Amino acid sequence: MNIVVCVKYVPDAQSDRTFNDSDKTTDRESVDGLLSELDEYAVEEALKLVEAGEGEVTVVTVGPDQAADAVKKALQMGADKAVHISDEAIHGSDAPATSLVLAEAIKKIGSPDLVLCGLASTDGTMSVVPAMLAERLGLPQVTQASELSVEGDAVKIRRDGDVASETIEASLPCLVSVTDQINEPRYPSFKGIMAAKKKPVETWTLADLGVDAGQVGLDNSWTKVLEFTKRPPREQGEIVKDEGDGGSKLAEFLASRKFI
Amino acid sequence: MPATRLMPTEEAQDLIDLTREICDKQLRPKADDGERLAAQGEAHPTEAFRTLGRAGLMSLPYPEELGGGGQPYEVYLQVVEEIGAAWMSVAVGVSVHSLTCYPVAQFGSDEQKSELLEGMLSGEQLGAYCLSEPLAGSDVASMTTKATADGDGYLLKGTKAWISHAGHADFYTTFARTGDSGPRGVSCFTVPAGTEGMTFAEPERKMGLHADTVRQVIFDGARVDASRRIGEEGMGMPIALSALDSGRLGIAAAATGLAQSALDVAARYATEREQFGKRISEFQGLAFLLADMEAAVTSARATYIHAARLKDAGRPFSKEAAVAKLIATDAAMKVTTDAVQVLGGAGYTQDFPVERYMREAKVTQIFEGTNQIQRLVISRQLLKSL
Ligand SMILES: Cc1cc2nc3c(=O)[nH]c(=O)nc-3n(C[C@H](O)[C@H](O)[C@H](O)COP(=O)(O)OP(=O)(O)OC[C@H]3O[C@@H](n4cnc5c(N)ncnc54)[C@H](O)[C@@H]3O)c2cc1C
Repeated sequence: MNIVVCVKYVPDAQSDRTFNDSDKTTDRESVDGLLSELDEYAVEEALKLVEAGEGEVTVVTVGPDQAADAVKKALQMGADKAVHISDEAIHGSDAPATSLVLAEAIKKIGSPDLVLCGLASTDGTMSVVPAMLAERLGLPQVTQASELSVEGDAVKIRRDGDVASETIEASLPCLVSVTDQINEPRYPSFKGIMAAKKKPVETWTLADLGVDAGQVGLDNSWTKVLEFTKRPPREQGEIVKDEGDGGSKLAEFLASRKFI
Repeated sequence: MPATRLMPTEEAQDLIDLTREICDKQLRPKADDGERLAAQGEAHPTEAFRTLGRAGLMSLPYPEELGGGGQPYEVYLQVVEEIGAAWMSVAVGVSVHSLTCYPVAQFGSDEQKSELLEGMLSGEQLGAYCLSEPLAGSDVASMTTKATADGDGYLLKGTKAWISHAGHADFYTTFARTGDSGPRGVSCFTVPAGTEGMTFAEPERKMGLHADTVRQVIFDGARVDASRRIGEEGMGMPIALSALDSGRLGIAAAATGLAQSALDVAARYATEREQFGKRISEFQGLAFLLADMEAAVTSARATYIHAARLKDAGRPFSKEAAVAKLIATDAAMKVTTDAVQVLGGAGYTQDFPVERYMREAKVTQIFEGTNQIQRLVISRQLLKSL
C-alpha cells in the first residue's frame, strides 16, 4: 500500500510566536519551526500500516525553505521519501489555496492508496485542509480517526464524538485524518537519522505542478488576516479576605461567572 | 539554556536534537518523581532506558558493524551530558551500560562479539559492572572473589559491593580471581542474569542518585561457561582499568550536564528574585558567583571533550580522562553547592531541584575511581613522562 502523508512545518509552540507586521501572515522566519506535532500521529500511522504489509510512505509538505526540517523529521522516523513544494508565490496562501497545491502534488506523486493528514496544524488549527484536499482529489474522506485499520479494499475508522463513537468504513483509495489518540508516535532512532540522509527529497515549484501563481498566495486567497492583537497577559487573581463572609463572597464570585 | 555545542557533523547535531527532544519529553519531567519513588524502593527507570535504547542512544560509541552507532567519543559524551542535565541517574546508567559492553567489544573474540555483543548493544538490555568489593574499593586489585575452574567453566564465589543496576541488569560484567593474589590473577566474565548462585542484597540506602539502584551481588557457586570469559586468564585487571579510562569520561560528561542544570536553575532564579528592591542578579557579589559557576561548567566540558578527541584520534588519553573526571566532578560539586546558595532558603527545600543535584553531585567524586585516585593516576603519568 502506498501512502502519502501531508505534514506541515509550524513555529515551535514553545517559543514566542507572532505575525509579520507587514502582511499579517504567520512569522516563520524569526521563530524556530518543527514538524507539527499533530502530524507526527499521521506519520506514525502510515509507518505502522506499511510495516505491517508493504508499500511506501511519501511525505509531502508545502512551505518555505526551512520546511525541509519537517520532512527531515518524518524521514528520520522512517518515511521512505519526501516532496517539498516551495515557491515564493505560495506565501500567504489560505487553506483552499494550500489544498490546491497539495492536491496537484499528490497527483504528480502518483495515485496513492491512502492519503493521511493530521487532525489540524498546531499553528492555523483550522482542520479544513483534509476535507478540501479530499474534494479536490475526488476521494472519499473520513476524518478525525482515533483508530484505523485496512482490510482488503476498505478502511475502517473509529471517530469519537461527544456522545457516541462511530465506526465508519470507506473504500480505498481515500483520505483519512487522524487524531492524537490514534497512536504514540515513535522518536526517530539514530539509525533513522543516518538513513534519512540518503533518502530522496524532491523540491518542486508551482511550475513543476502546473499551478498558476495567480491561483495561490496572499493576494489570491479567499481569506486574509486584517488585524491581530496579542492575547493580553493573564491578570492577577482576585484575593478575597475572609472576614466571616468568605463563603458567601466565594459563592457570589462563582455565580457572577456563571459557574454556579 | 541548552549548552552551545560545535558538533563535528550534521548527523551529530541531529543526534543532539533528538537527545534533547527525548530528554524534554521523557526524562526531565519524570526525574523528580522518579527519584522520590526510587528512594522508597518503588521504581526503576527501566522505561527510560528502553526509550533511549530504541532510539539507539545506549550503544553510540560502538562500531556500526557490531550494532552500535559508530559515533566518536566526542559525540557520545555530549549526548551523555545532555542526559545528565535531564536526569542524572539515567545518564550514569547509560555510562555504566557502555562500560559493561567495553570488555567484549574491545577484548572479546569474534565469536563472543557476534554472540554476546549484539544483544548488549540492541538497546533492549542493561548491563552491570561488578568490580568493587566491600574490602576492595580503590585498591581493587586486592579483590578476593574467586573463579575456580570447573569442567568447561568456572564457579564464582565472593561478594561484589555497590553494584549499579544490580537486580535490574540483563548481564553482569564480573571480575574475579582465577590465579594468585595480586593484579595478574584476575579474569573477566560476563554472567547472564538469572544465573543460579548469583543473588542480590537489599538495595543500599543512599544520599541521592536513588534511581541508580546499588546493591551487593553475592556469588555462591554461580557457574559461568568458559565461553563467557573475556580475554585470557589473568587479563582481568588490564581490561578493567582500560574500561575505566573510558567509563570515567562518561561520568565526567554526566557531571557536566548536572552542573549545567544547576547553573540554569540558579541563573533564572537570580533574575527573578528581588531583595533590597532589586533583582539579586544585580548584586555583583551574586553575579560573580554565577560567573564562576559558568566558568566551572565550561572548563569541565572543555576537559572531557579534549580527552575524548585524543581517544578518538587513537592517542593516549588516560591522564586526560583522569583530569576530566577530576575537574568535571569537582565542578559539579561546587556548582550544585553554589546553586543552593543562590536560591537561599528555597534552594535548601525540595521545592527546587538544586538540593537534589547537590546530593547527586557528591557521588561523582567517589565512583569510577575517587578523585584521590584520579590524582594518583594523573601524578604517576605526569612524573613518568619526565
Ligand atoms: C552510587 C554508587 C555506584 C557505584 N557503582 C559501582 C558499580 O557499578 N560497579 C563497581 O564495581 N563499583 C561501583 N561503586 C563503587 C565505587 O567505585 C567505590 O565506592 C569507589 O571505587 C571507592 O571505593 P571505596 O568505597 O571502597 O572507598 P575506599 O577505597 O575505602 O576509599 C576511602 C577514602 O580513602 C581514599 N583513598 C583510598 N586509597 C587512597 C590512596 N591510595 N591515596 C589517597 N587516598 C586514598 C579514597 O579517595 C576515599 O576518600 C559505586 C559506588 C557508589 C557510591
